[in-house]
Amino acid sequence: MVNLLSFRSVGVHLLRHATPIITRGGRISRPISKNLCFVLFSSSPKTSLLKPRAASSEDNSLVFKGDERVVGLLGKVVDDAFDNVDRFQSSSTIVAIVTPIGGPPGAVGIVRLSGPKAVEVARRVFRSAKKRKKKDSDSDSWRPKSHFVEYGVVVDSNGNVVDEVLAVPMLAPRSYTREDVVELQCHGSQVCLRRVLRTCVEAGARLAEPGEFTLRAFLNGRLDLSQAENVEKLISAKSSAAADAALEGIQGGFSSLVKSVRAQCIELLTEIEARLDFEDEMTPLDIESVINKINSMSEDVESALDTANYDKLLRSGLQIAIVGRPNVGKSSLLNAWSKSERAIVTEVAGTTRDVVEANVTVRGVPITLLDTAGIRETNDIVEKIGVERSETAAKVADVIIMAVSAVEGWTEEDTELLRKIQSDKPMILVMNKIDCAPPSSCDQLEDQRKKEEVFHKSVFTSAVTGQGLEELEDAILEILGLDRVPTGGHQWTVNQRQCEQLVRTKEALARLREAIEDEIPIDFWTIELREAALALAQISGQDVSEEVLSSIFAKFCIGK
Amino acid sequence: MRAAAAATATVSLRHFRSFPSIVPSLLFSSSSLPLHSPRLCVFLRRNFRPRQLFLNRPIAASFSSSSSGATSDSTYDVIVVGAGHAGCEAALASARLGASTLLLTLNLDRIAWQPCNPAVGGPAKSQLVHEVDALGGDIGKVADRCYLQKRILNVSRGPAVRSLRAQTDKREYAMEMKKIVDSTENLCIREAMVTDIIVGKNDNVEGVATFFGMNFYAPSVILTTGTFMSGKIWVGKKSMPAGRAGESASQGLTENLQKLGFETDRLKTGTPARVDRRTIDFSNLEAQHGDEEVSWFSFDPDFHIEREQMCCYLTRTTKITHQLIRDNLHETPTYGGWVEAKGPRYCPSIEDKIVRFKDKESHQIFLEPEGRDVPEIYVQGFSTGLPENLQLPLLRSLPGLENCSMLRPAYAVEYDYLPAHQCSRSLMTKKIEGLFFSGQINGTTGYEEAAAQGIISGINAARHADGKKHVVLERESSYIGTLIDDLVTKDLREPYRMLTSRSEHRLLLRFDNADSRLTPLGRELGLIDDRRWKLYQEKQARISEEKKRLKTVKISVAVGDLASEVSSVSSQPVKESATLESLLKKPHIHYKLLEKHGFGNETLSRMEKDCVEIDIKYEGFIVRQQNQLQQMSHQQHRRLPDDLDYYSMTTLSHEGREKLSKVRPETIGQASRVGGVSPADITALLITLESNRRRTQDVKRGKILEHALAESNPQWVEDREHMVNE
Repeated sequence: MVNLLSFRSVGVHLLRHATPIITRGGRISRPISKNLCFVLFSSSPKTSLLKPRAASSEDNSLVFKGDERVVGLLGKVVDDAFDNVDRFQSSSTIVAIVTPIGGPPGAVGIVRLSGPKAVEVARRVFRSAKKRKKKDSDSDSWRPKSHFVEYGVVVDSNGNVVDEVLAVPMLAPRSYTREDVVELQCHGSQVCLRRVLRTCVEAGARLAEPGEFTLRAFLNGRLDLSQAENVEKLISAKSSAAADAALEGIQGGFSSLVKSVRAQCIELLTEIEARLDFEDEMTPLDIESVINKINSMSEDVESALDTANYDKLLRSGLQIAIVGRPNVGKSSLLNAWSKSERAIVTEVAGTTRDVVEANVTVRGVPITLLDTAGIRETNDIVEKIGVERSETAAKVADVIIMAVSAVEGWTEEDTELLRKIQSDKPMILVMNKIDCAPPSSCDQLEDQRKKEEVFHKSVFTSAVTGQGLEELEDAILEILGLDRVPTGGHQWTVNQRQCEQLVRTKEALARLREAIEDEIPIDFWTIELREAALALAQISGQDVSEEVLSSIFAKFCIGK
Repeated sequence: MRAAAAATATVSLRHFRSFPSIVPSLLFSSSSLPLHSPRLCVFLRRNFRPRQLFLNRPIAASFSSSSSGATSDSTYDVIVVGAGHAGCEAALASARLGASTLLLTLNLDRIAWQPCNPAVGGPAKSQLVHEVDALGGDIGKVADRCYLQKRILNVSRGPAVRSLRAQTDKREYAMEMKKIVDSTENLCIREAMVTDIIVGKNDNVEGVATFFGMNFYAPSVILTTGTFMSGKIWVGKKSMPAGRAGESASQGLTENLQKLGFETDRLKTGTPARVDRRTIDFSNLEAQHGDEEVSWFSFDPDFHIEREQMCCYLTRTTKITHQLIRDNLHETPTYGGWVEAKGPRYCPSIEDKIVRFKDKESHQIFLEPEGRDVPEIYVQGFSTGLPENLQLPLLRSLPGLENCSMLRPAYAVEYDYLPAHQCSRSLMTKKIEGLFFSGQINGTTGYEEAAAQGIISGINAARHADGKKHVVLERESSYIGTLIDDLVTKDLREPYRMLTSRSEHRLLLRFDNADSRLTPLGRELGLIDDRRWKLYQEKQARISEEKKRLKTVKISVAVGDLASEVSSVSSQPVKESATLESLLKKPHIHYKLLEKHGFGNETLSRMEKDCVEIDIKYEGFIVRQQNQLQQMSHQQHRRLPDDLDYYSMTTLSHEGREKLSKVRPETIGQASRVGGVSPADITALLITLESNRRRTQDVKRGKILEHALAESNPQWVEDREHMVNE
């Protein structure tokens, strides 16, 4: 038996030599225990390794022919295929924050890129300090030297500096995943890390699935068999956890928005593709209505992106305006919250004449508080300007906190003020001075909040004792949909994933609009629509092509 | 061996040319075949005979004569059962590859018959026709020869969906195809009803048995039974066993296939009534004319012979039609409930249309000629299961047909098919080696789909008989590949029709590049002769030359009307010294405009100009799709071993295990397209594969170690074997 085995291996080996390309492929599989093979079977170190895979495909020759007219491109395809035959070929480049997030921030956090385009992505986001001195425009051609640390900055697509980092390139195969890996060591705060992550995603990387680095390491032969079995367990456990999380994540308004946009994509695809396949039998396509639908879809995606809110929060943080009548304790609130003496506090109504800013961080989201002049009818010119500025601040803020005095309760001025600032922004009613207010006025205020439907939440606070500030933070998080972010930050990763797909959708729709403007034939529209639908399907997890077909047959009366 | 998968034409070319070095390996591979196979000696002898790769006619003939010494009248290399569109392409491809081929049919006078709509092409289907032609098949040539009318559809919708449809003369079509079949070397044709498959000891096919007791032997058999296997036609409540109206069904084969372990199921399709052209009043009907400038299916200019075109007409259903149907729904097989087999959604009967789309007041009906010299008119869109006595009143409710006479009633046909997951992508069945299925037996409809499968099974049957590797067209290589991949992967419950929406990368699978995608393969296989190959190469050279010219020739903005017309047509400014290429990329600018201003190339054909324009105009899109494809195909083409035990993979979902065990996909990509298999399943599968590979490796390493030790210490190994046996 042993004899026959080795005998046949020789046969296979000869076949390999008859076709040089296969031998070339074999080269790659060498690393595993080559020494052993070499000693015992020195005539052909690769043979024994090649056999297990070879067996199944010997009966068939697979033909993947390309278009000879685009031969240059295909030549490359084929070459690549040969060079990598024996390795696990992951087509995509993945990125993730690999240091733990949530909990107290560490001094340093690491964003890891892995995959065939890791260097390319890094090149897009990383500007080495060394090269920048020489020539700014040349900085695109960053050539990493494997296992050498370089200092520089991460910049976004507009060239704005995101963070200063150390880049550690580890080129294949000398890396954890045996692919090209670039690690970016950033500042440890969540905001920095997420911005860097985001920049990498924008530069073409994809967010890693849970355990994906380890999976790739395994599939590329990096781990041994016992480790492999652990990976298997790990992956199955993690992916079910991820599935749970994903399910949880797609509840609510965001999910319904995604679903509705996706449904619209499918509907449009249906409209267009039915006409491609059954031209004779259908009424002509109403191009104008298609364009309108596409525009409304783009808008929806934009607003879905806003719902996900991730982008805006991490880039510019959040602005919260504190408005209210004079002397309800807005400035005290700001001081107590930001633990500073940023605003001057007196007993005198109308002390604050201008907008005062202070910064706080809520669950990693940077927030700028805007303390404003108390809004009232006044003849004082300075105060008048202050009041105007308050109104402007209320307009630009992302969230409005309306402060009232729990002591005085809801007044007519409050009603007037509410009418004045009229805003569709999320609003929180803060009933300040709770420490010295009678319970009856609290009830009255609560009733009032229910009557005035504009308020999303109400919180009782005391700037003096600091009571209620935590509830206020929670209220803000809840309004922004971040309240379910567990301390481990899991919810965030789900949101980022969704966000990534939304960005993909947005880009596809943008290209679609471009195609329409350039009056490209409608078949090309389907390419982008499909891309958009696929991206959205990543969030809700459905197959597109079958659905389009079913929809065509259900919707149109076609057929001969 | 995945290297071989990616290795394309050139590889195997080298493979064969380096003949001396390949002999030992072939020796080994055949030694792994059953030693008691009666054909083994022939097999080996053939393998040792040096052979040129490109088998043209003369060489093919010598091949056949060398093997005919060993064959009698009942022994062939390939037997094709059925002479429809699949059978003809299969038999022709096989014979042209040099295999002595027998084509068996129930009726010699009905070769390549068009029992339903006498038309070839249409969206997605025309791509199939172009692809078959690019591989050297015949459906396109015959359609080009026999057309009554031709139209390009989707003209302005994009190059990938532009498609050609031809109305054909159905009798002429059959005659033309018969002429080709009759005049092809290595190809015999004979009337017979095949009732059984003769299977050898190793689950390999050895031949077929026929109704009258004749046996024919061959190592490859292709079944293309169409609607004939246990076929039954229905008109109203009346039914009779028949494959087509007036032709007897094929009985007994289904049962015998089931005995061999094949799963069979039943499908239904239908065809509308035919009316007499002379009794139709066309005066108030909208006429549908053919294109003034005729396009062609075949890439071979020898077949581009223009002929006079005929007209089709358009009529509509009326209130009376709808009422009549609603009143008699209980008389139809589907709504009356006596036929259960499922009909196709894209080919609904008129009663289906009226029931399902209640609010639609009228449906379009096309009147299409069936031939130049016959009065039959095909009433497209009007298939029905109503009894014959109601059919004429129904037809007469259509404008223009008030006084028509019906020549043939509409009927439905029910037939057996074999869900195609029982085939691999070479179209050979997984159960019986050497047995191939093609056409409607695999659950498709349409002449084009049948022809596409036919040519692939013909190629593979011939190669199989010759001990060569099978050819598989990857999904993204062609519509043919997409079709076969869908058939063998998906759980199909209705007759499968090719649609453009089924192809994910259709921008790369256009009609204009079918030749540059597939003709080199056809050449390599031996289906493209020298003349055709020369034509092909010259065409490609002209196209690439022209693209180069457009890239380099610049125009001056100051002089010439071209620049000003380009900017006015495209409403985009033209840069100083812009290249012709950059002009062609602008919206609404076509090659014709360059020609108008004297910047075209008169020596190019219209087709070639189209190619140039498409390549340049949509370059960005094409490159993007190509890149996506490239990224995807790495992973997708990873092979799956044949002997995977999916049930033992506990990390797979239950549904995944079940479906994968049933379909037994050949590649990861195919596995991912199996219904019910989730991305998580694929990850789990990859992990299992890799673990298995490592385990095998460890075992192997152990064996080698043992081997080495055995040389130094034989006693030790004996002990080990003893232990293992216990």
